[in-house]
Amino acid sequence: MTDTATIRVEGVSKRYGDAFAVREVDLDLAAGECVAMVGHNGAGKSSLIKLMLGLTTPTAGSVRVLGGDPASAAASHIRRQVGFLPESVAFHPSMTGRETLDFYARLKRVPRDGNDALFERVGLEPAAVKRRVGTYSKGMRQRLALAQALLGGPKVLFLDEPTTGLDPALRQSFYEIVRDLRDAGTTVLLCSHALTELEGQADRVVVMNRGRKVADGSLATLRGLAQLPVRIRLTRPSGEVVETACANDDKVATLRRIACEGPELADIEVVQPSLDEMYAHFLRREAAE
Amino acid sequence: MNTLLTIAAKEVRDGLRNRWVVATTLLMAALALTLSFLGAAPTGTVGVGRVEVTIVSLSSLTIFLLPLIALLLSFDAVVGEIDRGTMTLLLSYPVARWQVLIGKFLGHAAIIAFATVLGYGAAGVALAMSGSEIGPESWRAFAAMIGSSVLLGAAFTAMGYLASTLVRDRGTAAGIAVAIWLVLVLLYDMALLGLLVADGGKTVNAGLLNGLLLANPADAFRLFNLTGFKSVSQFAGTAGLAAQVQVSASVLLAVLAGWVAAPLALAAVLFSRRQI
Repeated sequence: MTDTATIRVEGVSKRYGDAFAVREVDLDLAAGECVAMVGHNGAGKSSLIKLMLGLTTPTAGSVRVLGGDPASAAASHIRRQVGFLPESVAFHPSMTGRETLDFYARLKRVPRDGNDALFERVGLEPAAVKRRVGTYSKGMRQRLALAQALLGGPKVLFLDEPTTGLDPALRQSFYEIVRDLRDAGTTVLLCSHALTELEGQADRVVVMNRGRKVADGSLATLRGLAQLPVRIRLTRPSGEVVETACANDDKVATLRRIACEGPELADIEVVQPSLDEMYAHFLRREAAE
Repeated sequence: MNTLLTIAAKEVRDGLRNRWVVATTLLMAALALTLSFLGAAPTGTVGVGRVEVTIVSLSSLTIFLLPLIALLLSFDAVVGEIDRGTMTLLLSYPVARWQVLIGKFLGHAAIIAFATVLGYGAAGVALAMSGSEIGPESWRAFAAMIGSSVLLGAAFTAMGYLASTLVRDRGTAAGIAVAIWLVLVLLYDMALLGLLVADGGKTVNAGLLNGLLLANPADAFRLFNLTGFKSVSQFAGTAGLAAQVQVSASVLLAVLAGWVAAPLALAAVLFSRRQI
């Protein structure tokens, strides 16, 4: 994993005035990995992304992206391989969709003849491409934002709150594109509040709170760490519903006991703790410390 | 180089789309034509080249109007893009910060150059078509006036960029821009005049006065146009002053160019350290 790390954040802190936006964060991201970063507003997610983009420099620690310092003067070749979809993306309203993508393609020195394919990939209609961005709906702006982030086939992709304001169908196609990229070896870092929709999308989840990394691991690992009870919902043939809970490790034994020794049942439903619940748990634990 | 041109071209297109280019060009042309016709009326029968009179009027127009247009165009350039969130995305691209700043500046300077050349050029064409005899010396003075006007516009654009990188709030940047205009265009000369009267020629000698005049780009522009050409200074009432000014035209142009480069360089340094 160390050999394939595309992003390495070591002991990074970032202070604005007296307030720490990021505190002593260590984070390694590998190629072909889709990592979700979750946390409140102001938990330091966007600040961390800005550090990795080289827009700001860390107060302490070091950030390496694709083997170099993203804030250095020689970072051009790094940035050419990085895609970024900012939170609440803004474009110049007087430019058309095509002009906007042409502009960014020129800056990235990517041939512009691939732009049509990009528009098709993100689902922007040719008619919409000719219109000014000022007339776009939120969903169309977000598609255009994704198109510019995909310019030049990035090796590292930062997506900050990419699906806010998107309808469910669009979200699905959005995550489909993200999956394809990850399978092609791109490192994808995804920030979101919408925890439930990240389940099944991310290989790893990083929980941030008040600038600190409070948890890091796959969903299964986090479940083990959180030790939240698994709820088992039993439906009797009469329609009566009984709910019971047990520890994650006892889940199988409990189910066997219920099935063999318990009363007659119409249905058994096992409810794993959701990402939302785990997130709340990690924040509570952090607050208690 | 390519990156600079890409950013500059985007800025020019923005200017065309939001009608800035059209509005400033029309304004400059309308004022220039009005001044060249009205300003020439009293001297029309005397039979001298009316171009000189027009140059004097247009120089005064430039000093008041062009800095204002330049500052209005530029105060929002950096702080506005940061505010709207377009800067974050732009800087995540493989572009250096100075390229963003200089590229945008080139775009805005091009808009000002376009409006000035076309607007004042219209007055020149009108003069040529009016049939009066205009010598090559007069045309040179006219061309120098247009060129130095563009330079003055660029100087105030650069100062607007400095204001725009200095602060975190668009309102503050606008306030600084207005203050720059008030001080350099209106108050500076009044203060200088007051100083001369109060001093009564005891400590402020010609050398110091020249220095003080060069410290303001608007005055450098005025000196260049009103004393640089003999035929013009006769009409501007500055012939006496012209004899006193020991500053050559090339020095005045260099000072104006310095007023473009210095604020821009400072803005570039500040911007490169800025934490977005």
